Amino acid sequence: MSGSQTAEAVDLAEEEQLDNSRAPRMDQSQAVAEDFQSVAQEEYETHGTVTAEDPVMTVRDCNVFYGDAQALFDVNLDIGRNQVVALIGPSGCGKSTFIRCLNRMNDTIDTAVVTGDIRLYGEDINSKSTDVVLLRARVGMVFQKPNPFPKSIFENVAYGPRLHGLASNRAELDEIVETSLRRAGLWEEAKDRLDQPGTGLSGGQQQRLCIARTIAVNPEVILMDEPCSALDPIATARIEDLIDELSENYAIAIVTHSMQQAARVSQRTAYFHLGKLIEVDETNRIFTNPGHKLTEDYVTGRFG
Amino acid sequence: MAVASFVLGRRRSIATVGGYSSIRSLHSLPKYYGYYAAIWCGLPGLLLVAAWLSLSDSVITGRVVASLPEALRGSSDAQLGLLVNDIKNLAAGQFVNPNRAVELGAAAELYNSLQASARWILSGLIVALGLAGFLYSATRLQPDFRARNKVETVIKAALVVASTIAIFTTVGILLSVLFEALRFFQKISFTEFLFGLTWSPQTALRADQVGSSGAFGAIPLFAGTLLISGIAMFVALPIGLMTAVYLTEYASPRIRAVIKPVLEILAGIPTVVYGFFAALTVAPLLRDLGTSLGLEVASESALGAGLVMGVMIIPFVSSLTDDVINAVPQAMRDGSYALGATKSETVKRVILPAALPGIVGGALLAVSRAIGETMIVVMAAGLAANLTVNPLQAVTTVTVQIVTLLVGDQEFDSAKTLAAFALGLVLFVVTLILNVFALHVVRKYREQYE
Ligand SMILES: Nc1ncnc2c1ncn2[C@@H]1O[C@H](COP(=O)(O)OP(=O)(O)OP(=O)(O)O)[C@@H](O)[C@H]1O
Ligand SMILES: [Mg+2]
Repeated sequence: MSGSQTAEAVDLAEEEQLDNSRAPRMDQSQAVAEDFQSVAQEEYETHGTVTAEDPVMTVRDCNVFYGDAQALFDVNLDIGRNQVVALIGPSGCGKSTFIRCLNRMNDTIDTAVVTGDIRLYGEDINSKSTDVVLLRARVGMVFQKPNPFPKSIFENVAYGPRLHGLASNRAELDEIVETSLRRAGLWEEAKDRLDQPGTGLSGGQQQRLCIARTIAVNPEVILMDEPCSALDPIATARIEDLIDELSENYAIAIVTHSMQQAARVSQRTAYFHLGKLIEVDETNRIFTNPGHKLTEDYVTGRFG
Repeated sequence: MAVASFVLGRRRSIATVGGYSSIRSLHSLPKYYGYYAAIWCGLPGLLLVAAWLSLSDSVITGRVVASLPEALRGSSDAQLGLLVNDIKNLAAGQFVNPNRAVELGAAAELYNSLQASARWILSGLIVALGLAGFLYSATRLQPDFRARNKVETVIKAALVVASTIAIFTTVGILLSVLFEALRFFQKISFTEFLFGLTWSPQTALRADQVGSSGAFGAIPLFAGTLLISGIAMFVALPIGLMTAVYLTEYASPRIRAVIKPVLEILAGIPTVVYGFFAALTVAPLLRDLGTSLGLEVASESALGAGLVMGVMIIPFVSSLTDDVINAVPQAMRDGSYALGATKSETVKRVILPAALPGIVGGALLAVSRAIGETMIVVMAAGLAANLTVNPLQAVTTVTVQIVTLLVGDQEFDSAKTLAAFALGLVLFVVTLILNVFALHVVRKYREQYE
C-alpha cells in the first residue's frame, strides 16, 4: 500500500514539473527567483582562483537573462592558454548558458540578454564593433549531440575553411581536411570514404568529425558542451585522448556531467550552482579538498 | 422499435443477474446489451429496405411488362423503356398521350396495386424481422455474454463501410472516365490525340456540313498548359521559397504572426476571384504595358493567366517549404553558426541543401495544382488553341477545353464530348503521377530527420 502511494506521489511530482514547464514564463521566473534566493542568502563569493596565468579569454561580471529569468549571476572566470577547464554542476545551473556566452551563440536565442565584460585576447567580444562571424571562427564549439551536416565527410570538414577562404586552391583544402581529420583521430577510418555522407558514420565517429570540422577553421578556443554524453565508453575514451592532445594547442572549455571525465581531462575545474560560479580551482584541489560545502556535496555525489 | 428493444435488452440483462445490485457480474455494462438488442432489431430491417429499394422496382416492372399484350411487348429495348415510363406516369396520375392511356390503363393499375402490396409486404417483413432479431438477441443475453465486443464489431463494420464509400466513388469516377475515354479512342486514334498538332473539336451535327471531321490533336493544349504552369511556377517558386526562408530564418515572432495569416488569406481567395482579377485587371494592364513598349499583347494572354496563377500558388509553395525548412533540425543551424557562418551562408549551404528533397516535392505538388487549375485560365487565358511558346499570345489549356467541350448542348456520344473524357484522363494521370512522386519525395525527406 505504502509502495503504491509513493509511486503516486512521484507521479504527482512529475506532473507538477510538467505543468511548471508549460506554465507561463512569469511563474517559472518566480520559481527560479525563489531558488536563487536560497543561495543568495548566504554571502556569495566564488571560492578559489578565477584567474589563469596566461588567459586567452577573460569573463568578468557576466550576467545572462532569458526574458525575465536570470540564468547566470556575476560570473568571473579565465580560460588559460593550452589548458582544459571543466565546467561541472547540477542540471540547469547554467553551464551551457555560460559557454554559449563565449562565442555569442546566445545571440541566436531571441530572449537571451548577456551583460558583462567578456574578452578574447583583451578584445571585448560583446562590443558593437565585434564581427560575430569571425569570433565564432576563433572560438569553435562542439555540441552535445553530434550534428554533422548532411554532406560528405570531406564537405563537412571543408565547410568552415570554405566560408572563411582559408584555402586558395583545392590542394590546400585537401591538406586542411586531412590534417583536421588526423588531429581528430578520424583519418584512418575516413580516408577511404571522404565522399560518403557524414551522417553515415557511427555516433563516436560523427562527434570526431564535428571536432575535425571545428579545428579545421583553426580556432584559438574550443568549447565543448557535453561532447561525450551520447557516446559509449570506448568512443568517450578516444575523445578524451583527443582533448588531451588538442590542449597542447588550444584553450578548451568542456562541460561535463562526469566527475571522472573532469578529473581525467582538465587542469582546472569550475563548479556552477543555480547560475552562480561557486568554486573554481585546480582540478585536483576541487576533487580532493574543495573549499565550499556545495562543491564538496556535489563531487562526493551527495546531490546533483 | 429499435429503441424499445434497447430498453428491453438493457432491462433483461439486468434481470438475468438479479437486479442492479449485482450488475458487476455482467460481462459488459447493461447499455451494451441494450445496443446489442437494438442492433439485432433494427439492422436486418434496414438492410432489407436497402435491398428492396434497389430490387423492387425492376421486379415490379418486370411483372407489369410481362402482363402487357404481346403486340406492345414485342418492341425494341428503347421503346419498351418509353412504354414503362408512360406506365409509371399514368400510375402516378400524370398526363400521358390519351391513345396510349387506354392501351396502358390496365398495366398502370397493376403497377399501382403491385406497389401497394409491396409496401405492405415490406412493412410486415420489417416488423417480423425486428421481432425475430430481438427475440434472438434476447435468448443470447446471458450474464457472461460479451455484448460490448459484439457492439464493437458492428461499429467497426459501419466505419469500414463509410470509408470505402469514398474509395468506391473515386474508383467509380476513374472507371467512368476511363471507359468514356476508351470510346473516344475508338473514334480518334490514340497517337493522333496525343501527338496531333491541331485542335479544333467542332464536329458538325450533320454529315454534310463543312469541316465535319474536327481535329483532336491535343499537343497545343498540352503546350498551353505547360506554358501557363511554367509561368506560374516561375513566379511562385522563387517568391514562395524566399518567403518561407524569410519567415523561418529571419523574421521575428511578431512579424511572423502578421505575415502568416496574410498568406493564409491569400490561399483562401476563391479562384474565381483570381480569375476576374486576371481578366479585368492584369490583362488590360499587360496590354497597355505591351503597347507602350511596342509589343503586341493579346487581350487574353498566357502571361496574365500565368502571373495570376503564380500569385495564387505562392502561399501554397511557401507553406509547404516552410514546413520542410522547419523540419531541418536546429542543431544543423547551430553547427553552421558555430563555425562562423552568416545566416544567408547557413541558409544557402546547409538549410536549403538539407531541405532540397522536400522543396522539390512541394514544387511538384504546386505544379500539379497549376496544371489542374481551371477558373483562372478559363477567364484569362482564352480559347484559341495556338501552338506557341510566346507568352503574349492567347493559348488554351486542357482544363479550359474540358469546360468548353461540355458547356452547351451536346450529343453525349459525339467525339467532341468524349474528347473531354480523354483530356480528363490525361490530366488525371499526369497529376496523379506528380502527386504520388512528390508525396514520396516529401515522405522520404521527413524520415531522414525522424
Ligand atoms: N532558451 C532558453 N530560454 C529560457 N530559459 C533557458 C533557455 N536555455 C536555458 N534556460 C534556463 O537557463 C538555466 C540554465 O540552463 P543551461 O542550459 O545553461 O543549464 P545547464 O547547466 O547546461 O544544464 P544541463 O546540464 O542540463 O545541460 C535553466 O534554468 C534553463 O531553464
Ligand atoms: Mg547544458
